[in-house]
Amino acid sequence: MLEQNLAALPIILPLIAAPLAIILGRTMPIWILATLVSGCASIISLQLLDTVLTTGVISYAVGGWQAPWGIELRIDTANAFVLVAVTAISTLVLLFSKDSIVKEIDCSKHALFYTAHLLCLAGLSGILITGDAFNLFVFLEISSLATYTLVSLARDKRCLTAAFRYLVMGTIGATFILIGVGLLYMKTGTLNMLDLATRIDLYDSSRTINTGLAFIIVGVSIKLALFPLHMWLPPAYTHAPSAVTAFLASTATKVAVYVMVRFIFTIFGASYVFHSMGMETILMLFAIIAIFKCSYTAAMQKNVKSTLAYSSVAQIGYMVLGISLVNVTGLMSGLLHIFNHALMKGALFMAVGAVFYRLGSADISAFKGLGKRMPLTMAAFTLAGLSIIGVPLTVGFISKWYLVTAALEQSHWFIAAAVLGGSLLAVVYIGRILEAAYFQEPDEANVAKISEAPLSMLIPMWILVIANIYFGIDTSFTTEAAQHAAELLFQNGQVMEVKP
Amino acid sequence: MNSLLMLPPFLPLLIGAIFALLLRGQLRNTIMVLTPLVGALNLYGLDSGIFWSLEFMGYELQPVRIDKLSLMFGYLFHIASFIAIIYALHVKDSVQHVASLAYAASAVGAVFAGDLLTLFIFWELLALTSVFLIWARRTKKAYSSGIRYLIIQVLSGVILLAGLLIYAKLNNSLLFNEIGLENQGLAQLSAWLIFIAFGIKCAFPFAHNWLTDSYPEATPTGTIFLASFTTKVAVYALARGFPGTELLVWIGVTMACFPIFFAVIENDLRRVLAYSMINQIGFMVVGIGIGTSVALNGAVAHAFNDVIFKGLLMMTMGAVLHMTGKINGSELGGLYKSMPKTTILCIVGAASISAFPLFSGFVSKSMIMSAAVAEGYDIVWLLLLFAAAGVFHHAGIKIPYFAFFAHDSGIRTTEPPKNMLIAMTLAALACVTIGTFPQYTVYALLPWDASYQPYDLTHVLTQLQLLFFSALAFVWLNLRHMYPPELPSTNLDADWIYRRFMPNIIKRVAATMFNAYSTVEQSAIASIKLMINQSYDSEEARPKGNSARLWPTETMVIWVAVLLATYLVLYYVL
Repeated sequence: MLEQNLAALPIILPLIAAPLAIILGRTMPIWILATLVSGCASIISLQLLDTVLTTGVISYAVGGWQAPWGIELRIDTANAFVLVAVTAISTLVLLFSKDSIVKEIDCSKHALFYTAHLLCLAGLSGILITGDAFNLFVFLEISSLATYTLVSLARDKRCLTAAFRYLVMGTIGATFILIGVGLLYMKTGTLNMLDLATRIDLYDSSRTINTGLAFIIVGVSIKLALFPLHMWLPPAYTHAPSAVTAFLASTATKVAVYVMVRFIFTIFGASYVFHSMGMETILMLFAIIAIFKCSYTAAMQKNVKSTLAYSSVAQIGYMVLGISLVNVTGLMSGLLHIFNHALMKGALFMAVGAVFYRLGSADISAFKGLGKRMPLTMAAFTLAGLSIIGVPLTVGFISKWYLVTAALEQSHWFIAAAVLGGSLLAVVYIGRILEAAYFQEPDEANVAKISEAPLSMLIPMWILVIANIYFGIDTSFTTEAAQHAAELLFQNGQVMEVKP
Repeated sequence: MNSLLMLPPFLPLLIGAIFALLLRGQLRNTIMVLTPLVGALNLYGLDSGIFWSLEFMGYELQPVRIDKLSLMFGYLFHIASFIAIIYALHVKDSVQHVASLAYAASAVGAVFAGDLLTLFIFWELLALTSVFLIWARRTKKAYSSGIRYLIIQVLSGVILLAGLLIYAKLNNSLLFNEIGLENQGLAQLSAWLIFIAFGIKCAFPFAHNWLTDSYPEATPTGTIFLASFTTKVAVYALARGFPGTELLVWIGVTMACFPIFFAVIENDLRRVLAYSMINQIGFMVVGIGIGTSVALNGAVAHAFNDVIFKGLLMMTMGAVLHMTGKINGSELGGLYKSMPKTTILCIVGAASISAFPLFSGFVSKSMIMSAAVAEGYDIVWLLLLFAAAGVFHHAGIKIPYFAFFAHDSGIRTTEPPKNMLIAMTLAALACVTIGTFPQYTVYALLPWDASYQPYDLTHVLTQLQLLFFSALAFVWLNLRHMYPPELPSTNLDADWIYRRFMPNIIKRVAATMFNAYSTVEQSAIASIKLMINQSYDSEEARPKGNSARLWPTETMVIWVAVLLATYLVLYYVL
């Protein structure tokens, strides 16, 4: 029974736990419930990934209604891999948030925080697992609505305008996706992804489907904050509570990247999107501008959270760049970077959250002299920062290695150079924070309150940092999964079988 | 033997660095002196071959590959660090001790690296560890000089990385063997990138300024380490990767000749030595470029000797700097009265670098020269002869003359501390021993098979003629008072051209260039400043800078519309 329904559990568990959390009412039990649920979800997703890698794709018909009429949950390597990252990060962030939110969210809203977090997790898992295009939209809305709530919970009132901007943009993005899916439905009469794929193949060139593609690409681009549609992201990440930022930065936009991959490779098919529609040039252009423009902007920020937010947009550029190279290695580097970036950004935002916890500020001036006063936190920040830069022996290096390899395979010299150049900008924006932490004296006013962050924050932070280094050295797990996923997606893109 | 001590060659030195970090006082000194000895013993116990090979991302790595070429440099680096450590024993600064041992470890690691990735890692470590020896001077000038040094060294590493990535992709292997420049297409690009990376560290012309800029700014003891390792690792890398590349002959000749002019007009005696270092590396590069086994042997033998005699000269100048606090030729003079031992040791070093028979420079430099003749490079041979005379002038005569003789500056001091004297004596003994018994010392280590006899009539006679006529010219011109006493130049001929005219021309050209450059620089800086200032997030609550400013929601939505419209139009057209 449990075995059979394993595929649905990462969605169902948090979805059921969310209203329970509101009913429980008291912070401590809610925290335990949320962490347990999220922990279970991550164990289940590891199990799922294992199953997928050994026995192949899992298909699960919700309520016993067979696809293409019913909703199908469909797990292959690509989404199982991202699912592992999302649920694991969610668990670690929940561990981290117990102390973190005390400083940043009103006590009365703690229950709301955990509820929204669980809903968001349910939504993200749903997006990943579902094999139905409309169902994907529904889960996207669940996760997005929960996200807007999460962002608006902070004590800092600026989070309200940030959440509002996010709400407006997010809704436009979701609407576009809905319109796009609607157009596809209008032409093909089906919503199941695989079914859509085979039917889209039948139409050689159709205005309706082309328009659907345009709406979906723009909608997803908003969701994943692809330059120039990224402007909702920096304020939202800057003013949201740190625990929320740590969670969103490493999962929400990454799931959107997955959605883009799924739409392009599984539903529309790589040859249609890239060869007939020429999307690779446009995506590549935006990705490269994102890398440079946003890395530069990141170096100009006074607020460290804002720096990291812009850095996230730049890192998304790397992922999209990998996708736009249209080869297995490129797609693989994109998927790999989804996982790896979750590890590094999670650790970085947790470190910033720890600083915020002690100093009540994430300005770069608050970081002065922290190298001596919060050595463990800053050591974690440094290591994760090195990973962002792409220093060998960290996961960042692995992602960049494969990205450069992919660019070279396609003889895109300029892009290989751009990737390496982008890393130099990362040196700048990480470097100036490290410079403040290790080479400047703290302000007099702050000296008294600085001490090392509590253990409940350090442990999840360091788990991520160690993962950063572990997966930077022993790359077999991540690269194999990403490689397998990328190969599978490419095969899907070329499947030509026609059902009667 | 020593089966107990099977460590990667760089490890003993690295462990020594950790001890140097943790310990203090007499105990640290003892361990530091023992470290290179243990390292050399470990090296002696290792057989040739490949150790600890491992797999990384589908490529085979060979972190330790031992053959005769790497062994020769390995021993050399252990000897050099032994001498330099003794020389630095009186220093109390932990930063310098740790940095110098870690630096030596990286150099050893680099020459034993069997693959390009390991080489790259040690290549960058060389830069990162050595820069502290410059910063340890703790002056503002040294700090900025160190930054410039670091930038160029890291740049070299980045170019190496780019080259090795392409190389790995094309050849499906990261192993570091002969690369050569005669390839086509991408292979050529990768070879050139690697070549340029090596060249920067090797102080090729136009990439040499980091050396003359930073070495004289380092601490008196730190310079000895710096002079021993970085460039010699590059020479090793060239000998391994690009033997027999004809281009190197001409690069090497240029390197051997041009620094002479700069060395002559330079007042800072350690900078004079830095220029003479480029000149000596020039000889080695010529040897690598010729590529016959005699020439290659000559190149590595000269690298071996150069580390020792250049180290000796640097040490004597360091001793002068340590005792008097001055290093400019115009401020020194007459020190032989108060530092007689240092004077004698300096003269030994000067004789070695000038390649006097029975001193170490002679036995290796003559190999390169005769290889040049044997391969028909007559012009190269003549230019090298000129360079050799130039060395005798600026390193053999100018250094000791300015520091210890010339006019009496009135400085009265004492001999340097005992450890400095011991280190210098060791180096001087090594110079004489190698020069007198080359067959039992440096020739025994040579990696390529070739027999060579330096002490035959032609060599000795040519060299002595060259030296004695140079000396004669010096004495005669000095007696006729044809020199201003501050600039006792003694090159064979034509020296007045570069003493009188060249500096003027150089000055004028330099002034014009400098003006143009500073105009360009200033306007560039102004525009960059403007850009940065405008984009900076400057205000407390609301970001206002160009880059940091948030777009209003309308603008974002307009972008959405623009993109959608673009896509639709595009798809319509397609």
